[in-house]
Amino acid sequence: MPFTTENFILNIGPAHPSTHGVFRIKATMDGEVIVDVEPVFGYLHRGVEKLCEERTYAGILPLTDRLDYVSAMNNNLAYCLAVEKLAGIPVPERASYIRVIMSELQRIASHLIATGAFLNDCGAFMTPLLYMLREREKILDLFEMASGQRLTYNYMRIGGVSQDLPDEFLPALKDLIAQLPVYIDEYDRLIKDNEILLSRSKGVGILPLKLAVNCAISGPVLRASGLKWDLRKADPYSLYERFDFEIPTGTQGDCYDRYRVRVEEMRQSVRILQQAVKGIPSGSTRTEVPRILRPLPGDVYRRIESPRGELGFYLVSDGSIAPYRCHVRAPSLINLTALKEMLKGWKIADIIIIFGSIDVCMGEVDR
Amino acid sequence: MTKVLEPSAIAAKIKQTLPDSRVNAESGYLLVEPAALTSVLTYLKTTPGLEFDYLSMLTAVDYWDYFELVYVLDSLSLNQIMTVKTRLQGRVDLWAPSVVSIYQTADYQERETFETLGIRFSGHPDLRPFLLWEGFQGNPLRKDYL
Repeated sequence: MPFTTENFILNIGPAHPSTHGVFRIKATMDGEVIVDVEPVFGYLHRGVEKLCEERTYAGILPLTDRLDYVSAMNNNLAYCLAVEKLAGIPVPERASYIRVIMSELQRIASHLIATGAFLNDCGAFMTPLLYMLREREKILDLFEMASGQRLTYNYMRIGGVSQDLPDEFLPALKDLIAQLPVYIDEYDRLIKDNEILLSRSKGVGILPLKLAVNCAISGPVLRASGLKWDLRKADPYSLYERFDFEIPTGTQGDCYDRYRVRVEEMRQSVRILQQAVKGIPSGSTRTEVPRILRPLPGDVYRRIESPRGELGFYLVSDGSIAPYRCHVRAPSLINLTALKEMLKGWKIADIIIIFGSIDVCMGEVDR
Repeated sequence: MTKVLEPSAIAAKIKQTLPDSRVNAESGYLLVEPAALTSVLTYLKTTPGLEFDYLSMLTAVDYWDYFELVYVLDSLSLNQIMTVKTRLQGRVDLWAPSVVSIYQTADYQERETFETLGIRFSGHPDLRPFLLWEGFQGNPLRKDYL
C-alpha cells in the first residue's frame, strides 16, 4: 500500500532571526519540500507616504532615513534628487562629490551586512558577520564624523549636504580605502571556496533572467541573473558619469552568484571612492534654498541605484508647501515578487538562504 | 543616459495599430483610456524599437474628481523610459484592468494600490490587502480619509 501524506502549512516568522526584520512566510510543505509560499507583509508599516503629505519638503528628509535604515544615505540622496528635479535646484559640484562618497561608503556598509547575514544564514554562524561588522564600524565612524549620527544620518539636504566634511574626514577616508581591499580579500580567503557554502548556495534558488525582468527585479539580484544593468551607468545621477568602474554580473542567478556580485560591487565601490577622493573640488556644499519650498505644480519620478536596487521617488506637487503625493518605489518589496517561484521545489532549510540572498530591508518593504 | 521618449510620436504609432485605443499624448506622458490600457501596454512591450519590458513602478494619485494611475516603463535593452497614465472618474466602485498578466511585478503594487486607494483591478489573481492589519477600514491614501 502506498504511503500518502497530506500537505501542511509551516509558519516562519514574523520574529525569526533570519527574516532580517519582521516578515512572515506561510509555506505549504509536502514533507520537507516547499509546494507554495505566501509572504505576509506589513508588520513594520508606518504610513510614511501619508505622513509625507502633511510635511514640508525639507521636513520629509528624516522620514526617508527610516525607510531603509541599513542604507539611509542612499534614501536621503534619492529623495533630494527628486525634489531638486521637481523644483529645478542646482547642486554644487563639491556637494555632488560628497554625495557620491557617502553613497558608496553606504553601499559597502550595506553589502557588508548583506553578505555577513547571508553567510550567517548559510551556517557560518556569526564569525563572518562579526568580521564584516568590524569594517562597517569604521565606515559608521566616518559617517559620525560628518553627520553626528551612526544609523539615520539626515545628512543630505535639498540643494547639497548639511555641512562640509570636517578636516579629518578625507585623511581618515584615505586610510580606510587603503585597508578595505585587504579586508575583502581576507573574507574571500576565509570563506569563498568553503565546501559547505558552495554546496548550500550553488545552484540553489535560481532566478532566470526573463522572470527577473518581468518581475522588475533590480540591483545585485538582477545583475546576478546575468544582466549588466546599473542605474549609475544606465541613467547617471550626481556626476556618476565621471567615474570609471565595472558592473559585476553573475551567470546563473543562484544564491552564490548574488553573494559574489555583492562582494565584487564592494571592490568597485572602493574604486569609485579612490577617484572621488582624488577629484573632489573645493567650493560650496549647498545651494541656498528657502526653508519652505513651493515647487510649481507637476510630477516627477527620480531613481537611483541603492544597494538593494532601483530606489525611486514619485512626487506630485500642487504648488503648496507639502507634496500632494509621495510614492516610494521600494526595491526591497519589488525584489520579493519572484520569491514564490524562487522557493518552489526547494527544502525548508533553503528558505532561509534564498530569502537571505535577496537582501531585503523590512523598513522599506512595509514603509 | 536613459532616453526619454517623446509621447506624441508613439501616440501616433499606437493609433495606427490600435485605432480604438483613444491615446492622447500629453506633455511628458501618454494618457490612455482604462479600457485600452492592457492592449497599449502589450503593444509597448512587444513592438521592436520600443521594447518596454520592465515595469519600473506603478502607483495612483487621488485628484478628487478622478484617480490617476501611473505606470513608469523601462526598456532595459534600449535604455529608454516613458510614463503611461490612465484616469478613473468618480470616487466609488473604481475598476481598472490588472496588468499582472503582462508584467508580473504589478502583483504587489496593485495590491498596495487597492488597499491604500480603494481601486480594484479586474483580472488580478489574488487581490487582498497586505500592508495594514486585518479588519482595517478605509483607504488611507485617499484625500478624504483624513
